[in-house]
Amino acid sequence: MKHTLSVLVENKPGVLTRVAGLFARRGFNIDSLAVGQSEDPALSRMTITIDGAEQPIDQVTKQLHKLINVVKIRDLEPKGMVAGELLFVKVSAEGEKRTEVLQIAEIFRAKIVDVDRRVVTLRVVGTTDKLEALLELLKPLGVLEVVRTGTIAIGRGRGG
Amino acid sequence: MSPDKKLKGSEALVAALEHEGCEVMFGFPGGVAIPFYDALYDAKRLRHVLVRHEQGAAHAADGYARATGKVGVCVSTSGPGATNLVTGIATAYLDSSPLVAITWQVRSDLIGTDAFQEADITGITLPIVKHSYLVKKTAELPQVVHEAFHIASTGRPGPVVIDIPVDVALGELAYRDADTLDLPGYRPTFRGHVKQIRAAAKAINEAQRPVLYLGGGAISSGAAAEILRLAELRRVPVATTLMGIGAFPETHELAMGMLGMHGTVTANYAVHECDLLINLGARFDDRVTGKLKAFAPHAKVIHADVDPAEIGKNVPAVIPIVGDVKHVAAGLVKELEALEWPAERTAEWLARIAARKEEYPLDYEDPKDGKLAPQLVIQEIDRVTGHDAVICTDVGQHQMWATQYYTYTSPRQFISSGGLGTMGFGLPASIGAQIGRPEKTVVDISGDGGFQMTVQELATAVSCGLPIVVCILNNGYLGMVRQWQDLFWNQRYSCTCIEAQPDFKRLAEAYGALGLTVNEKDEIEPALREALACEGPAVIDFRTSAESNVFPMVPAGQEITEMIGGQAKGKGRRSS
Repeated sequence: MKHTLSVLVENKPGVLTRVAGLFARRGFNIDSLAVGQSEDPALSRMTITIDGAEQPIDQVTKQLHKLINVVKIRDLEPKGMVAGELLFVKVSAEGEKRTEVLQIAEIFRAKIVDVDRRVVTLRVVGTTDKLEALLELLKPLGVLEVVRTGTIAIGRGRGG
Repeated sequence: MSPDKKLKGSEALVAALEHEGCEVMFGFPGGVAIPFYDALYDAKRLRHVLVRHEQGAAHAADGYARATGKVGVCVSTSGPGATNLVTGIATAYLDSSPLVAITWQVRSDLIGTDAFQEADITGITLPIVKHSYLVKKTAELPQVVHEAFHIASTGRPGPVVIDIPVDVALGELAYRDADTLDLPGYRPTFRGHVKQIRAAAKAINEAQRPVLYLGGGAISSGAAAEILRLAELRRVPVATTLMGIGAFPETHELAMGMLGMHGTVTANYAVHECDLLINLGARFDDRVTGKLKAFAPHAKVIHADVDPAEIGKNVPAVIPIVGDVKHVAAGLVKELEALEWPAERTAEWLARIAARKEEYPLDYEDPKDGKLAPQLVIQEIDRVTGHDAVICTDVGQHQMWATQYYTYTSPRQFISSGGLGTMGFGLPASIGAQIGRPEKTVVDISGDGGFQMTVQELATAVSCGLPIVVCILNNGYLGMVRQWQDLFWNQRYSCTCIEAQPDFKRLAEAYGALGLTVNEKDEIEPALREALACEGPAVIDFRTSAESNVFPMVPAGQEITEMIGGQAKGKGRRSS
């Protein structure tokens, strides 16, 4: 089962290295890791997605807790969170293909952020599943480059 | 220190260390460390011990910490000085020893340029520290030192690195002692949950075959008195890990000695047969459990540890308790005192253990080559020092014999690299231990292999006038590896024979220490007495047999029942 960890850390140099280093040393595999400043400038929030079948999630959170700069960890329930990811994709869109790309973009509510005679760049936000589905459809048209942020997530309701 | 006094960074560091109660530090200077050493020149209370290699500084600080329970401090210059500390930092990390390692760093504006003697020591040590700091501003120094000491010594203790660029030492600050902490992510739990302790007490009360399994946490939390009370209250037999040695007096009738790979037959079979295993401050290390699936197969497990990540890591606990051993043991005693308990409940179990102790004592045969039995040397050290010396060791056969044949009666009496298994630890650790506990007799039991890894620290011991007795069990081999080659690798002794050996007596004398050589049984005691009477360090070269192996032995990854050696009394013991 996929776990989404929301990890509040002190906004200090080297904290990302400590977290990444811990995962490497203990042999935990990360699916994705996204980090940015939180509502408090002294704290950053990391969203880490990890496969619970591959490593005991209990050990992962306990080991993370041992890092002095880690303030709080929440293992977000799939039903109790809102999660999403931002993706840029550059697709070849010459001639007839262009219409198809634009149609797909519309279905997925992707925004066209750059365009020239040969290429269209789309920006899309959504769950990992949605992004995967989009990429699947675009693949036959010629996906040239993909950049994604990794999942970020937030708890529903007041509980955060 | 009067508030807001103008100081240089280097002076502020001295003041901050003194404020933390640091009396002594072990170190070695170098280019970027000069400003600090200049400030040390005027230090009134802080003593600096000059070692001969930075590895020695880290181990000496570690030995000091283990012998006293205080934070050990070592210091080095940048680059190679700092990297030479690495083995010592890893040793402290694996054994949860409170160490603060101060490393000097190249100027801030040179960091990242591959400057002369630059090494990214906070990066290099990342996986082997509890925490680390790279100090950017002079004004941060007092706070960083205060936090480092707090982190190193509380919760599960461990090493903290403070890396300081030289310009930070040269800068000025308005110095004020740091007394407050701002560590939102660090709040170790000391007091075990009352409900869990109550459940554990109930389980102990009902157990018919309980065993106490004590680890390093029992020593570091200072729990010996509470544990003694607990064991006696419900007559629970006690096994200790290597790190737990001394947490329970081995002269006590409930003591079974060490468990694990080279543990006693009694301790290992007690764990195998028990219905309740009470782990206080140990971590189910592979050297203790052997084959995990077959470990303590009939037992319900209580696991108390100050580090929540240890609970459930290797063995699932039915009753987990996050808390330090001292608080948990005290809580258990309190709960148990209120419960009814018929002494006959464990009578059969205690009788079984007593019988096994009688039938399977630690035993050895005299070597056929006529050389000294290494076990006898340890027994003689035990007898001559009256179970009371602080024993430091290196790693290998002599270390295991030191666990088996010396009788430990108090905590912090056995100082050894358990987790990392660092050869070369013994001599520098004994220097730290002797400085920390000048009133005690300190004996370093070493092998001819490990001793030569940090032999240069004899000069440190001589210059400090430390009356350490170094006992080398010299069998001419890297004995523990040879033992594995003997038992599991068809006696193919690849690279374990030390062919060119110095004359340790003359080597000791060259350093200005007393040197003695012992070949015969009846020379052991006089040599020990002469060495103990000597005001400075003494080195005794005991010529021991290479035939002797450490038994009993549970081969790595196997079940307790696969034990080699440890036959019943009178049936003789297998030897190589």
